[in-house]
Amino acid sequence: MSPELSGGHPTIAGSGTGKPATYALCLGDDALVLAQRLGEWIAASPQLEEDVALANIALDQLGQARSLLGYAGSLMEPSRSEDDLAYFRDERDFRNVHLVERSWALPGGTGSDFGVTMARMLIWSTYQVELYSRLTSSADETLAAVAAKAVKEVDYHRDHATMWVLRLGDGTEESRVRMQAGLEAEWPYVEELFDASYVDQGLVASGVAVDPSILREPWTGRIEQVLAEATLTSPEVPPARGGGRRGIHTEQMGYLLAEMQHLARSHPGATW
Amino acid sequence: MPEQSRRDWPLWEVFVRARRGLSHVHAGSLHAPDAEMALRNARDLYTRRQEGVSLWVVPASAITASSPDEKDSFFDPAGDKIYRHPTFYDVPEGVEHL
Repeated sequence: MSPELSGGHPTIAGSGTGKPATYALCLGDDALVLAQRLGEWIAASPQLEEDVALANIALDQLGQARSLLGYAGSLMEPSRSEDDLAYFRDERDFRNVHLVERSWALPGGTGSDFGVTMARMLIWSTYQVELYSRLTSSADETLAAVAAKAVKEVDYHRDHATMWVLRLGDGTEESRVRMQAGLEAEWPYVEELFDASYVDQGLVASGVAVDPSILREPWTGRIEQVLAEATLTSPEVPPARGGGRRGIHTEQMGYLLAEMQHLARSHPGATW
Repeated sequence: MPEQSRRDWPLWEVFVRARRGLSHVHAGSLHAPDAEMALRNARDLYTRRQEGVSLWVVPASAITASSPDEKDSFFDPAGDKIYRHPTFYDVPEGVEHL
Protein backbone atom coordinates (compact mmCIF):
# COMPACT_ATOMS: atom_id res chain seq x y z
CA MET A 1 0.00 0.00 0.00
CA SER A 2 1.36 3.40 -0.86
CA PRO A 3 2.15 5.64 2.13
CA GLU A 4 -0.48 8.26 1.30
CA LEU A 5 -3.17 5.59 1.43
CA SER A 6 -2.11 3.86 4.61
CA GLY A 7 -4.23 5.07 7.46
CA GLY A 8 -3.32 8.02 9.62
CA HIS A 9 -5.08 11.25 8.98
CA PRO A 10 -4.69 12.20 5.35
CA THR A 11 -4.74 15.86 4.57
CA ILE A 12 -7.99 16.56 2.85
CA ALA A 13 -7.63 19.35 0.39
CA GLY A 14 -10.59 21.61 0.28
CA SER A 15 -11.48 22.18 3.90
CA GLY A 16 -11.70 25.90 4.35
CA THR A 17 -10.91 26.57 0.71
CA GLY A 18 -14.46 26.68 -0.55
CA LYS A 19 -14.18 23.13 -1.97
CA PRO A 20 -16.54 20.59 -0.45
CA ALA A 21 -14.16 17.60 -0.28
CA THR A 22 -14.77 16.80 3.38
CA TYR A 23 -18.48 17.45 3.05
CA ALA A 24 -18.81 15.10 0.07
CA LEU A 25 -16.68 12.54 1.92
CA CYS A 26 -19.04 12.59 4.92
CA LEU A 27 -22.15 12.13 2.79
CA GLY A 28 -20.44 9.50 0.64
CA ASP A 29 -19.23 7.49 3.63
CA ASP A 30 -22.76 7.46 5.07
CA ALA A 31 -24.13 5.97 1.85
CA LEU A 32 -21.25 3.51 1.36
CA VAL A 33 -21.39 2.08 4.87
CA LEU A 34 -25.18 1.76 4.83
CA ALA A 35 -25.02 -0.02 1.45
CA GLN A 36 -22.53 -2.50 2.92
CA ARG A 37 -24.76 -3.12 5.95
CA LEU A 38 -27.88 -3.54 3.83
CA GLY A 39 -26.09 -6.20 1.82
CA GLU A 40 -26.37 -8.47 4.85
CA TRP A 41 -30.08 -8.86 4.17
CA ILE A 42 -29.52 -10.41 0.76
CA ALA A 43 -30.63 -14.04 0.94
CA ALA A 44 -31.60 -13.46 4.60
CA SER A 45 -34.78 -11.38 4.31
CA PRO A 46 -38.16 -12.60 5.61
CA GLN A 47 -39.29 -12.90 1.99
CA LEU A 48 -37.68 -13.28 -1.42
CA GLU A 49 -39.48 -10.09 -2.48
CA GLU A 50 -37.94 -8.18 0.44
CA ASP A 51 -34.50 -9.48 -0.53
CA VAL A 52 -34.82 -7.71 -3.86
CA ALA A 53 -36.28 -4.55 -2.33
CA LEU A 54 -33.44 -4.17 0.18
CA ALA A 55 -30.82 -5.04 -2.43
CA ASN A 56 -32.25 -2.32 -4.70
CA ILE A 57 -32.04 0.18 -1.86
CA ALA A 58 -28.47 -0.88 -1.09
CA LEU A 59 -27.50 -0.41 -4.74
CA ASP A 60 -29.07 3.06 -4.80
CA GLN A 61 -26.99 3.97 -1.73
CA LEU A 62 -23.88 2.51 -3.34
CA GLY A 63 -24.50 4.59 -6.46
CA GLN A 64 -24.74 7.75 -4.37
CA ALA A 65 -21.57 6.76 -2.53
CA ARG A 66 -19.68 6.29 -5.78
CA SER A 67 -20.65 9.72 -7.07
CA LEU A 68 -19.91 11.47 -3.79
CA LEU A 69 -16.62 9.68 -3.06
CA GLY A 70 -15.47 10.07 -6.64
CA TYR A 71 -16.11 13.79 -6.38
CA ALA A 72 -14.48 14.09 -2.95
CA GLY A 73 -11.43 12.22 -4.23
CA SER A 74 -11.11 14.49 -7.25
CA LEU A 75 -10.81 17.49 -4.92
CA MET A 76 -8.05 15.91 -2.82
CA GLU A 77 -4.34 16.47 -3.27
CA PRO A 78 -3.17 14.11 -4.62
CA SER A 79 -6.47 13.07 -6.11
CA ARG A 80 -7.91 9.66 -5.22
CA SER A 81 -10.32 7.31 -6.90
CA GLU A 82 -13.57 6.12 -5.34
CA ASP A 83 -11.93 2.70 -4.83
CA ASP A 84 -8.93 4.26 -3.04
CA LEU A 85 -11.32 5.91 -0.64
CA ALA A 86 -13.60 2.90 -0.14
CA TYR A 87 -10.97 0.18 0.18
CA PHE A 88 -7.76 1.81 1.35
CA ARG A 89 -8.75 4.03 4.22
CA ASP A 90 -8.72 2.81 7.81
CA GLU A 91 -11.50 3.11 10.32
CA ARG A 92 -10.38 6.44 11.75
CA ASP A 93 -10.55 8.05 8.32
CA PHE A 94 -14.19 7.20 7.73
CA ARG A 95 -16.59 10.07 8.41
CA ASN A 96 -19.98 8.30 8.52
CA VAL A 97 -22.49 8.61 11.34
CA HIS A 98 -22.97 5.76 13.82
CA LEU A 99 -26.57 5.16 12.72
CA VAL A 100 -25.51 3.52 9.46
CA GLU A 101 -22.55 1.44 10.67
CA ARG A 102 -24.07 -0.63 13.47
CA SER A 103 -25.31 -4.18 12.97
CA TRP A 104 -29.04 -4.81 12.60
CA ALA A 105 -29.22 -6.60 15.96
CA LEU A 106 -31.22 -5.40 18.95
CA PRO A 107 -29.07 -4.30 21.92
CA GLY A 108 -27.83 -7.50 23.55
CA GLY A 109 -29.06 -9.59 20.64
CA THR A 110 -27.08 -11.18 17.87
CA GLY A 111 -29.30 -11.87 14.86
CA SER A 112 -30.41 -9.20 12.41
CA ASP A 113 -33.77 -7.73 13.41
CA PHE A 114 -36.27 -6.58 10.81
CA GLY A 115 -37.87 -4.04 13.20
CA VAL A 116 -34.47 -2.43 13.81
CA THR A 117 -33.87 -2.37 10.07
CA MET A 118 -37.14 -0.67 9.22
CA ALA A 119 -36.78 1.81 12.10
CA ARG A 120 -33.31 2.76 10.88
CA MET A 121 -34.40 2.98 7.25
CA LEU A 122 -37.31 5.25 8.19
CA ILE A 123 -35.03 7.51 10.24
CA TRP A 124 -32.33 7.53 7.59
CA SER A 125 -34.36 7.89 4.42
CA THR A 126 -36.51 10.65 5.91
CA TYR A 127 -33.29 12.49 6.75
CA GLN A 128 -31.89 11.87 3.26
CA VAL A 129 -35.05 13.16 1.58
CA GLU A 130 -34.82 16.40 3.56
CA LEU A 131 -31.09 16.68 2.86
CA TYR A 132 -31.04 15.90 -0.85
CA SER A 133 -34.17 17.91 -1.68
CA ARG A 134 -32.30 20.99 -0.39
CA LEU A 135 -28.95 20.00 -1.88
CA THR A 136 -30.51 20.01 -5.38
CA SER A 137 -30.17 23.81 -5.27
CA SER A 138 -26.54 23.70 -4.11
CA ALA A 139 -24.21 26.29 -5.62
CA ASP A 140 -21.89 23.35 -6.37
CA GLU A 141 -23.04 21.85 -9.67
CA THR A 142 -21.79 18.35 -8.96
CA LEU A 143 -23.45 18.12 -5.55
CA ALA A 144 -26.67 19.53 -7.03
CA ALA A 145 -26.63 16.92 -9.81
CA VAL A 146 -25.94 14.02 -7.43
CA ALA A 147 -28.75 15.20 -5.17
CA ALA A 148 -31.22 15.61 -8.05
CA LYS A 149 -30.72 11.97 -9.03
CA ALA A 150 -30.64 10.68 -5.45
CA VAL A 151 -33.72 12.46 -4.16
CA LYS A 152 -36.05 10.27 -6.25
CA GLU A 153 -34.27 7.16 -5.01
CA VAL A 154 -34.42 8.04 -1.34
CA ASP A 155 -38.05 9.09 -1.64
CA TYR A 156 -38.77 5.50 -2.61
CA HIS A 157 -36.65 4.20 0.28
CA ARG A 158 -38.72 6.31 2.64
CA ASP A 159 -41.92 4.99 1.12
CA HIS A 160 -40.72 1.41 1.54
CA ALA A 161 -39.76 1.92 5.19
CA THR A 162 -42.99 3.81 5.89
CA MET A 163 -45.09 0.97 4.46
CA TRP A 164 -43.43 -1.52 6.78
CA VAL A 165 -43.48 0.68 9.88
CA LEU A 166 -47.22 1.26 9.38
CA ARG A 167 -47.94 -2.42 8.90
CA LEU A 168 -45.79 -3.65 11.78
CA GLY A 169 -46.76 -0.83 14.16
CA ASP A 170 -50.47 -1.08 13.42
CA GLY A 171 -50.38 -4.86 12.97
CA THR A 172 -50.52 -7.51 15.67
CA GLU A 173 -49.62 -6.91 19.30
CA GLU A 174 -46.31 -8.72 18.80
CA SER A 175 -45.38 -6.80 15.65
CA ARG A 176 -46.16 -3.50 17.40
CA VAL A 177 -43.95 -4.36 20.38
CA ARG A 178 -41.10 -5.42 18.12
CA MET A 179 -41.39 -2.36 15.88
CA GLN A 180 -41.33 -0.10 18.95
CA ALA A 181 -38.25 -1.99 20.21
CA GLY A 182 -36.56 -1.27 16.89
CA LEU A 183 -37.28 2.44 17.26
CA GLU A 184 -35.93 2.44 20.82
CA ALA A 185 -32.71 0.80 19.60
CA GLU A 186 -32.10 3.31 16.81
CA TRP A 187 -33.29 6.52 18.43
CA PRO A 188 -30.10 7.37 20.36
CA TYR A 189 -28.31 7.70 16.99
CA VAL A 190 -30.73 10.26 15.53
CA GLU A 191 -29.08 13.31 17.11
CA GLU A 192 -25.80 12.82 15.28
CA LEU A 193 -27.54 13.31 11.92
CA PHE A 194 -28.30 16.93 12.74
CA ASP A 195 -24.95 17.82 14.29
CA ALA A 196 -23.67 20.71 12.17
CA SER A 197 -20.18 20.84 13.66
CA TYR A 198 -18.61 18.88 10.80
CA VAL A 199 -19.84 21.21 8.08
CA ASP A 200 -17.66 24.14 7.11
CA GLN A 201 -19.89 27.15 7.80
CA GLY A 202 -18.28 28.91 4.84
CA LEU A 203 -19.74 26.23 2.57
CA VAL A 204 -23.17 26.76 4.12
CA ALA A 205 -22.91 30.53 3.70
CA SER A 206 -21.92 30.18 0.04
CA GLY A 207 -24.87 27.86 -0.63
CA VAL A 208 -22.71 24.80 -1.37
CA ALA A 209 -23.57 22.67 1.69
CA VAL A 210 -26.79 22.20 3.64
CA ASP A 211 -26.69 22.99 7.36
CA PRO A 212 -27.90 19.68 8.84
CA SER A 213 -29.41 21.37 11.91
CA ILE A 214 -32.17 22.95 9.78
CA LEU A 215 -33.32 19.47 8.74
CA ARG A 216 -34.32 18.58 12.29
CA GLU A 217 -37.72 20.25 12.34
CA PRO A 218 -39.09 18.97 9.00
CA TRP A 219 -37.67 15.53 9.83
CA THR A 220 -39.48 15.44 13.17
CA GLY A 221 -42.73 16.53 11.53
CA ARG A 222 -42.66 13.73 8.97
CA ILE A 223 -41.57 11.06 11.44
CA GLU A 224 -44.18 11.94 14.03
CA GLN A 225 -46.88 11.70 11.39
CA VAL A 226 -45.80 8.16 10.45
CA LEU A 227 -45.40 7.01 14.05
CA ALA A 228 -48.83 8.37 15.04
CA GLU A 229 -50.49 6.55 12.16
CA ALA A 230 -48.58 3.40 13.08
CA THR A 231 -49.74 3.67 16.73
CA LEU A 232 -46.08 3.96 17.80
CA THR A 233 -44.42 6.57 19.99
CA SER A 234 -41.22 8.59 19.68
CA PRO A 235 -38.77 7.06 22.16
CA GLU A 236 -37.47 9.23 24.95
CA VAL A 237 -33.88 8.12 25.24
CA PRO A 238 -30.67 10.08 25.74
CA PRO A 239 -28.57 10.55 22.59
CA ALA A 240 -25.52 8.38 22.04
CA ARG A 241 -22.02 9.79 22.24
CA GLY A 242 -21.57 10.25 18.49
CA GLY A 243 -18.20 11.06 16.94
CA GLY A 244 -18.49 9.38 13.55
CA ARG A 245 -17.81 12.64 11.73
CA ARG A 246 -14.50 12.84 13.61
CA GLY A 247 -13.53 9.27 12.74
CA ILE A 248 -14.52 7.75 16.07
CA HIS A 249 -16.65 4.69 15.45
CA THR A 250 -18.49 1.93 17.26
CA GLU A 251 -16.90 -1.45 17.81
CA GLN A 252 -18.93 -2.91 14.94
CA MET A 253 -17.36 -0.65 12.32
CA GLY A 254 -14.10 -2.61 12.19
CA TYR A 255 -15.87 -5.85 11.29
CA LEU A 256 -17.84 -4.12 8.55
CA LEU A 257 -14.70 -2.62 7.03
CA ALA A 258 -12.80 -5.91 7.29
CA GLU A 259 -15.46 -7.62 5.22
CA MET A 260 -15.78 -4.75 2.74
CA GLN A 261 -12.05 -4.16 2.24
CA HIS A 262 -10.60 -7.63 2.60
CA LEU A 263 -10.68 -8.64 -1.05
CA ALA A 264 -9.36 -5.38 -2.45
CA ARG A 265 -6.51 -5.36 0.06
CA SER A 266 -5.57 -9.02 -0.30
CA HIS A 267 -5.61 -8.89 -4.09
CA PRO A 268 -4.84 -5.30 -5.11
CA GLY A 269 -6.13 -4.51 -8.56
CA ALA A 270 -8.31 -7.62 -8.71
CA THR A 271 -11.16 -7.46 -11.22
CA TRP A 272 -13.98 -9.86 -11.93
CA MET B 1 -42.38 -17.69 12.24
CA PRO B 2 -41.14 -16.97 8.73
CA GLU B 3 -42.28 -20.33 7.41
CA GLN B 4 -45.80 -19.65 8.55
CA SER B 5 -45.98 -16.11 7.16
CA ARG B 6 -44.54 -17.24 3.86
CA ARG B 7 -47.50 -19.52 3.44
CA ASP B 8 -49.91 -16.82 4.55
CA TRP B 9 -48.96 -14.14 2.06
CA PRO B 10 -51.25 -14.31 -0.95
CA LEU B 11 -50.07 -14.58 -4.53
CA TRP B 12 -50.44 -11.62 -6.90
CA GLU B 13 -50.24 -11.51 -10.69
CA VAL B 14 -48.29 -8.60 -12.14
CA PHE B 15 -49.09 -6.76 -15.38
CA VAL B 16 -46.67 -4.24 -16.86
CA ARG B 17 -47.32 -1.63 -19.51
CA ALA B 18 -44.07 -1.10 -21.37
CA ARG B 19 -44.97 2.35 -22.69
CA ARG B 20 -47.88 4.61 -23.43
CA GLY B 21 -50.22 3.23 -26.06
CA LEU B 22 -49.48 -0.42 -25.35
CA SER B 23 -51.67 -2.61 -23.17
CA HIS B 24 -50.58 -4.12 -19.87
CA VAL B 25 -48.95 -7.52 -20.36
CA HIS B 26 -48.64 -10.28 -17.79
CA ALA B 27 -45.07 -10.28 -16.46
CA GLY B 28 -45.14 -12.78 -13.60
CA SER B 29 -46.28 -13.19 -10.03
CA LEU B 30 -45.12 -12.47 -6.49
CA HIS B 31 -46.11 -12.76 -2.84
CA ALA B 32 -47.18 -9.75 -0.78
CA PRO B 33 -49.29 -9.15 2.33
CA ASP B 34 -51.58 -6.61 0.63
CA ALA B 35 -52.15 -4.71 -2.61
CA GLU B 36 -49.97 -1.70 -1.79
CA MET B 37 -47.01 -3.87 -0.89
CA ALA B 38 -47.65 -6.02 -3.94
CA LEU B 39 -47.37 -2.94 -6.13
CA ARG B 40 -44.06 -1.98 -4.55
CA ASN B 41 -42.68 -5.51 -4.81
CA ALA B 42 -43.75 -5.51 -8.45
CA ARG B 43 -41.84 -2.28 -9.00
CA ASP B 44 -38.72 -3.86 -7.52
CA LEU B 45 -39.04 -7.20 -9.25
CA TYR B 46 -40.39 -6.36 -12.70
CA THR B 47 -39.37 -2.78 -13.55
CA ARG B 48 -35.72 -2.76 -12.41
CA ARG B 49 -34.54 -2.27 -15.98
CA GLN B 50 -37.04 0.36 -17.06
CA GLU B 51 -39.46 -2.25 -18.39
CA GLY B 52 -42.54 -0.22 -17.66
CA VAL B 53 -44.45 2.99 -17.12
CA SER B 54 -47.48 1.48 -15.40
CA LEU B 55 -48.14 -1.52 -13.17
CA TRP B 56 -51.22 -3.53 -12.25
CA VAL B 57 -51.34 -6.14 -9.52
CA VAL B 58 -54.26 -8.54 -9.29
CA PRO B 59 -54.89 -11.15 -6.60
CA ALA B 60 -54.21 -14.47 -8.28
CA SER B 61 -57.33 -15.80 -6.55
CA ALA B 62 -59.44 -13.25 -8.46
CA ILE B 63 -58.48 -14.74 -11.81
CA THR B 64 -60.73 -17.42 -13.29
CA ALA B 65 -58.69 -19.39 -15.79
CA SER B 66 -59.77 -21.76 -18.52
CA SER B 67 -58.95 -25.36 -17.77
CA PRO B 68 -56.54 -27.43 -19.85
CA ASP B 69 -59.21 -30.17 -19.86
CA GLU B 70 -61.56 -27.86 -21.73
CA LYS B 71 -58.98 -26.96 -24.35
CA ASP B 72 -60.64 -28.97 -27.10
CA SER B 73 -64.13 -27.59 -26.69
CA PHE B 74 -62.88 -24.07 -26.03
CA PHE B 75 -60.42 -23.53 -28.80
CA ASP B 76 -60.57 -26.22 -31.48
CA PRO B 77 -63.93 -25.13 -32.99
CA ALA B 78 -62.27 -21.91 -34.17
CA GLY B 79 -59.73 -23.91 -36.13
CA ASP B 80 -61.61 -24.32 -39.42
CA LYS B 81 -63.37 -20.95 -39.53
CA ILE B 82 -60.91 -19.13 -41.69
CA TYR B 83 -63.63 -16.66 -42.76
CA ARG B 84 -63.19 -15.04 -39.35
CA HIS B 85 -59.81 -13.80 -40.43
CA PRO B 86 -59.89 -10.46 -42.24
CA THR B 87 -58.41 -11.91 -45.43
CA PHE B 88 -61.51 -11.86 -47.62
CA TYR B 89 -61.71 -8.13 -48.11
CA ASP B 90 -60.21 -6.07 -50.88
CA VAL B 91 -58.39 -3.17 -49.35
CA PRO B 92 -59.17 -0.03 -51.32
CA GLU B 93 -56.17 1.85 -52.53
CA GLY B 94 -55.11 4.81 -50.48
CA VAL B 95 -56.25 3.41 -47.16
CA GLU B 96 -53.49 3.75 -44.70
CA HIS B 97 -52.84 2.26 -41.31
CA LEU B 98 -54.68 -0.97 -42.05
